[in-house]
Amino acid sequence: MSRAITTRKKVMWTALAWAFGLLMFFPILWTFLTSFKTEATAIADPPVWFFFDWTTENYNVVQERSNYPKALTNSIIIAVGSTLLGILIAVPAAWAMAFVPGRRTKDVLLWMLSTKMLPAVGVLYPLVLLAKWLGVMDSRILLIVVLMLINLPIIVWMLYTYFREIPGEILEAARMDGANLRSEIIYVLTPMALPGIASTILLNIILAWNEAFWTILLTTVDAAPLTKFIASFSAPEGLFYAKLSAASMLAVAPILVMGWFSQKQLVRGLTFGAVK
Amino acid sequence: MATQHSKSAARLMIAPAVFVLLVWMLIPLCMTLYFSFADYRPLRATFDAWIGFDNYVSFLTSSSFIGSLITTLQMVGGILLITIVGGVLMALLLDQPIFGQGVVRILVIAPFFVMPTVSALVWKNMFFNVDNGLFSYLYKFFGAQPYDFLSQAPLFSIIVIVAWQWLPFATLILLTAVQSLDSEQLEAAEMDGAPALSRFRFIILPHLSRAITVVILIQTIFLLSIFAEIFVTTNGAFGTRTLTYLVYQRVLESQNVGLGSAGGIIAVILANIVAIFLMRIVGKNLDN
Repeated sequence: MSRAITTRKKVMWTALAWAFGLLMFFPILWTFLTSFKTEATAIADPPVWFFFDWTTENYNVVQERSNYPKALTNSIIIAVGSTLLGILIAVPAAWAMAFVPGRRTKDVLLWMLSTKMLPAVGVLYPLVLLAKWLGVMDSRILLIVVLMLINLPIIVWMLYTYFREIPGEILEAARMDGANLRSEIIYVLTPMALPGIASTILLNIILAWNEAFWTILLTTVDAAPLTKFIASFSAPEGLFYAKLSAASMLAVAPILVMGWFSQKQLVRGLTFGAVK
Repeated sequence: MATQHSKSAARLMIAPAVFVLLVWMLIPLCMTLYFSFADYRPLRATFDAWIGFDNYVSFLTSSSFIGSLITTLQMVGGILLITIVGGVLMALLLDQPIFGQGVVRILVIAPFFVMPTVSALVWKNMFFNVDNGLFSYLYKFFGAQPYDFLSQAPLFSIIVIVAWQWLPFATLILLTAVQSLDSEQLEAAEMDGAPALSRFRFIILPHLSRAITVVILIQTIFLLSIFAEIFVTTNGAFGTRTLTYLVYQRVLESQNVGLGSAGGIIAVILANIVAIFLMRIVGKNLDN
């Protein structure tokens, strides 16, 4: 008897949860469906759901017509580049803070986080000015550096929390066996830290990929990534829903997949350990 | 355990990260501070290095500042309200025994990974558009007059777009907190006949209070800097000009760098007030 009630309850909760889940997901689903319609079908009244002539035409148009390939390349280079540069700087720092904590470690860590809270708009003009002065306005290297800097606190923080989970005894044992600092890092620490480093990389590629303040304001043509490319659709030209949808799916799909893999890291990376 | 040698090595390893962040923090911020006391309008070739607090006075007393502050409060407040209430409900829902929980979680979380410009444009065109938007069809289906969201209720429209992006974040974090709840306590309360509402009021909500505080603080910091969603939908028109957007317009559009920089410094101060509270919670957690 009680079992029957539990099953019924479970079915009820399931229906409710799926309803809300689909509601949240609906805009993405709708964009996905629209991207395979013709422009006429895309604005058909009443809306057409699943039964239309699916076409990949829009994807071809978007990829051929505009500067899509360039924007995609820029997005990849900027997101991956800024993340790897950040990792390069953050790994030693996080390692040192996790394994050789000093009196000030906590303050340094908190100070780093506080830089993340600086509103971008507060340093907008100086950055534009410096970029122009250095002649790097609208260049990928500028965005790689800027996005590295805004995400560095998160990278350091995530790595620090991962590294801290590695038991210190293992390092001591390695030291007893005569390992020096370098071999300790290469042979003992790195293999244990790799999963943490990998998830840090994943989350930060996502954050950099979706960053839409600096990528819009510091680029014009040459270094414009997908965020800026999509923004150019804000001035519509005739029928464009299907093409907008196709461009959107192209920009979102790879990150969506990565994002699903990094759900857990999201909590760790964006709450700075304040929620466990 | 740590020798003097490893301590100095550690300092060397931290140095690059500290150095780049210090440079990143100090140089542009000092420049903004410097400009904020100057009459600096590059388009008119005006540069007067010291005009005292004139920029601050004119920025703070302008009606656009008061307006932008109210808009910012409404926008951030509205988004927080939707995401916190929705996030708590969603987290409790996802915590129930359901079939295909993993898939539902994925569906719910997905919007967080959508690029801001994409979500803004998709909502603007495919949902809010008065001629061809999905909501217009819905209105017509129920025999109502289609509603032009972005010109009739632009602020609300942007709140919906951004809340859609941040609801997953709140849900995910609150779900983490819900799952750490001691289920025995809840079961005991259920045995004692406590109704669901008081179980929520007296056990679940107090347990979530810290997570809710953290979500509010973190979201506030990110939401104070909303930019792309406004940029591609209303471009700051129709009462959607937030403080961030106002500063952007002053600095880059009308090129009144002095005035905009004063606004930028004010934005930094306001964000820091929120940040202090967040840092306190984070700092406490770091100790244990």
